[in-house]
Amino acid sequence: MQVVYEWLGTADHKKIGLMYIVYALLFLVIMGIEAILMRIQLAHPNSTFLSPQVFNRLFTMHGTTGVFFVAMPILFGFANYVVPLMIGARDMAFPRLNAFSFWVTAFGGFLLYASFFTAGGFSQAGGAPDVGWFAYAPLTSPAFSPGHSTDYWTLSLLLAGVGSIAGAANIIATVLGMRCPGMTLGRMPLMAWMSLVMGGLILVTISPLTAAQLMLMVDRYMGGHFFDTAAGGSVVMWMHFFWIFGHPEVYVLIIPCFGFVSEIVPVFARKAMFGYPAMVAASVGIGFVSLGVWAHHMYTVGLPSYGNAFFVLTTMLVAVPTGIKIFNWLATMWGGKIRFATPMLFCTGFLFQFLVAGLTGIMLATAPFDWQLGNSYFVVAHFHYVIVGGILFTIFAAFYYWFPKVSGRMMNETLGKWHFWIFLIGFHLTFDPMHIPGLLGMPRRVYTYEAGRGWDTANMISSVGAIFQVVGILIFVYNLLSSFFVGPESGNDPWDAWTLEWATTSPPPEYNFATIPEVKSRRPLWDIKHPEDPDWKYE
Amino acid sequence: MLREALRFKRLYLAGAVLLTILATPLFAQSNGVSPTNIFAPDSTPAHSIFRLSIFELEVEGAIFVVVFSLLAYAVTKFRQRRKDDDTEPPQVYGSNQMEIAWTVLPVLIVVVLFLTTAQVIHRVQDARRPAGTTEVTVVAHQFWWEYRYPQYGFVTANELHVPVSDLQTPTPTYLGLLSADVDHSFWVPRLAGKTDLIPNHPNTMWIDPQETGIFLGQCSQYCGTQHAKMLQRVYVQTKDDFDKWVHAQQQPAVVDPSVAAGGALFIAKACFACHTVRGTPAMGVVGPDLTHLMSRDTIGSGAVPNTPENLRNWVHDPAIFKPGTLMPKPDLTDAELAQITAYLSTLR
Amino acid sequence: MSATHSAIAANEGTWQIPSRGRVGMISLIIAESAIFAIFIAAYIFYIGKSLNGPTPGQILSVPVIATICLLSSSFTMHWAVGALRKGKIASFNVFWLITLVLGAIFLGGTAREWHHLIYEEGFTIQTNLFGTTYYSLVGLHASHVAVGLIGLLTVAVASLMGKVKSEHSERCEVLALYWHFVDSIWVVVFTVVYGLGR
Repeated sequence: MQVVYEWLGTADHKKIGLMYIVYALLFLVIMGIEAILMRIQLAHPNSTFLSPQVFNRLFTMHGTTGVFFVAMPILFGFANYVVPLMIGARDMAFPRLNAFSFWVTAFGGFLLYASFFTAGGFSQAGGAPDVGWFAYAPLTSPAFSPGHSTDYWTLSLLLAGVGSIAGAANIIATVLGMRCPGMTLGRMPLMAWMSLVMGGLILVTISPLTAAQLMLMVDRYMGGHFFDTAAGGSVVMWMHFFWIFGHPEVYVLIIPCFGFVSEIVPVFARKAMFGYPAMVAASVGIGFVSLGVWAHHMYTVGLPSYGNAFFVLTTMLVAVPTGIKIFNWLATMWGGKIRFATPMLFCTGFLFQFLVAGLTGIMLATAPFDWQLGNSYFVVAHFHYVIVGGILFTIFAAFYYWFPKVSGRMMNETLGKWHFWIFLIGFHLTFDPMHIPGLLGMPRRVYTYEAGRGWDTANMISSVGAIFQVVGILIFVYNLLSSFFVGPESGNDPWDAWTLEWATTSPPPEYNFATIPEVKSRRPLWDIKHPEDPDWKYE
Repeated sequence: MLREALRFKRLYLAGAVLLTILATPLFAQSNGVSPTNIFAPDSTPAHSIFRLSIFELEVEGAIFVVVFSLLAYAVTKFRQRRKDDDTEPPQVYGSNQMEIAWTVLPVLIVVVLFLTTAQVIHRVQDARRPAGTTEVTVVAHQFWWEYRYPQYGFVTANELHVPVSDLQTPTPTYLGLLSADVDHSFWVPRLAGKTDLIPNHPNTMWIDPQETGIFLGQCSQYCGTQHAKMLQRVYVQTKDDFDKWVHAQQQPAVVDPSVAAGGALFIAKACFACHTVRGTPAMGVVGPDLTHLMSRDTIGSGAVPNTPENLRNWVHDPAIFKPGTLMPKPDLTDAELAQITAYLSTLR
Repeated sequence: MSATHSAIAANEGTWQIPSRGRVGMISLIIAESAIFAIFIAAYIFYIGKSLNGPTPGQILSVPVIATICLLSSSFTMHWAVGALRKGKIASFNVFWLITLVLGAIFLGGTAREWHHLIYEEGFTIQTNLFGTTYYSLVGLHASHVAVGLIGLLTVAVASLMGKVKSEHSERCEVLALYWHFVDSIWVVVFTVVYGLGR
């Protein structure tokens, strides 16, 4: 009981971080089940495994859960745990606000999933929202969404949004206001920089969604007309507001992952990060440019030609700093002595996959090409390439990398490699062929499809790949749990790394550091380990 | 040795699959692969997109090969070998020249891609409308397509007929795109990119198919329960065939006295409240126009072929084929069902 | 600004980092500005687009007194915090309470305006696009004033109990930042609703 109270009432960033991560893993499993059900339905044309109503609820819940209750919490969790340690602080700037953020987000997720138990009951997927994760008006109006399913979507995300904005303010205040002496902004780890950019983006990106959702509630409950076409309202306005949130949101998700890669690749390549200032500039640049690309989700809506052209330009431009980062990681590995332990394997997978995802993204940025490929399975393949092949791979890398710090034990390396290879095969089996039905005319969000369109084989292969991914994740979860209890001891610094979190014990004491450290370079532990050739001579 | 090969396995796998994706345009030229293949264009907008996409794929293919090779080289050449000592490699912190190089080159590529793209956007979206176009107003509904031909004065549903065009003397069809309820999208890949149908936001698109035949597509913006079965069939016909079809559609409904009972039931059972049968009191506009129902190949907007058995089942309970469709299950005895079905079967 | 001396690296000088309270409040202000920006964008987009019902020119009257009160309250707030920093608790109390009263007058003015519009003009959030956007935008702002007043009241009560001293001036400054933000938003809302829209 004492333990339960300790965790329920904690304001310690490490415990809160772990709660975020465990919460997100739970929802990752649930999301995976939703995906498996959909892939079973789509393995054959004209399948009747799921009714259209259930399928439509599943894809809505899968997307909504993935963005708000898996990706955001898990990234907040890692940032929470790692960033204060990396900057030599004892906790986040506002520990109690931190706890509040977690609990309000968690409640949002539970509220969303309560919807599965309303209306027609769990076997019919209840009254879960079925309007797609971007909930376009007027499908969400009272006329086309009677009942409360849309309200579950709106309210749960309003809550999660409050948690995210508070969390972002917390991260920014921590990174700016809690760094240890000597750690100028130019000396802090790239993970801290990425958290700062992520936080800044969240402030201006979640808020538009909050505003739009408040407007939706005004329409649904107060007789308002924000998106009411009968009163002269514009449903295109919902699209603008949603994507003003929705596009930068995906950068919110990927930028901390860039942080993971920027910490892991140097350590395993045994070289300093190549081009630190360029990495910072590129990340900040991505943050800013990403605010100006949103209408590439609206190329088919009928915006004027110069409007479409503008967004083609901005969207292609955001690829430039992203490419710069890939080249810098490549240069970091170049001339190194790369150890392919599990964290590095996942980062390597990320590099190849993110390259492909970026290239399919450029195709979609090209408005005329998007007039064909938009809203098709090509888009589904593209964004899963980014989210699974990019974000999830780096999240796995982060798990394997920081697990020793959190628990004091090593994860099993053999199981890690099995996890990597099986999941890699599953990822490619599912998402590589998925591009093909898109190129052959298969739209997204369809509960079934006609035979004779050339979509059958690719869909079957995609569904088979899902099985491999499940196996990979099961191995991962088993590894996590068993290593936590019986893994070999890791010591403070099992990877021979260079940032401050490795200077304290594994796991760290509640106060993180006995004395607040002082730093003179970007790699304080390198300086200690190499007194004859410290970094501060070169920075 | 095996470990060495294993390091490459992933690269080969990834490379092979990706090359397959890139090669799709080549093997997919023939319609044998798919009737909705974006790489088998048959109308100017689709052709413009196709040409742009090939150019872009070539540029991206080159980028992919270069970067992929560099990454592959880095992960193989710079692995820690067993016989390595434990010294750290030389630490290199950065290079301004490299940063400039790999910023400037991508920006140049972006400029080239952007300019070619802007040109195609302009050519498709701002195309001047020639004389002699066929005008169709498309109204999207949950979950069917209404096609109005204002030049000819009739309304039909679910199967769009257009005259074939040719590049010398183009006779394109311009589609005005409206929605009666939620957002939908018109996508017939071989004829054009997709354009959305949004309430209170009229759009237009155009097609000029150069071959006769049937072109398939379906709604491409999630619009509710039966979004997946809001299918499209476009019949491209010679001028003569098209004119014959127009003429037939302009006629009021066939009056066959042998099915008068069914016709009376059609009114009595309130089918008229949603459906139009021109020349009768049925003038509902919520559901598809049934005046020439039997001239169509499918029922339920492509859901099932238009056979007597399917027609009977559809009228009996549309949810058999399209659960979630907005047409309610009519309250009919078996005899009434048979009569109404017989009546509908005469609406050629 | 907080500063920590580093005992060992004395040659690095005093370690300066921004205060967390200020950064946190500025972050909140940025997020809130984005929310307001979206409501303002909707308001501007829908100007002149209502299909029927009254237009702004027909039924809105410019809330001059309320606006003067709210904007003056920023000055009194500024003087209050200045007084607190210098340890002049009595001055602080006076200016702080005046700020509170001015804010309350503003809210009262909004309430009166809405009462008139709803009960005498029959103009509600349901009437037309103008109604929806007007009540949403002005209401969003008013709710932020209300939250600010709660904060002001809390500090006022603490101060009257003798608990507020000059070392708390930084916290009051953080609250003042919020108050100034609410005032600036009113300048924009006022311009858009009573200036541009009419």
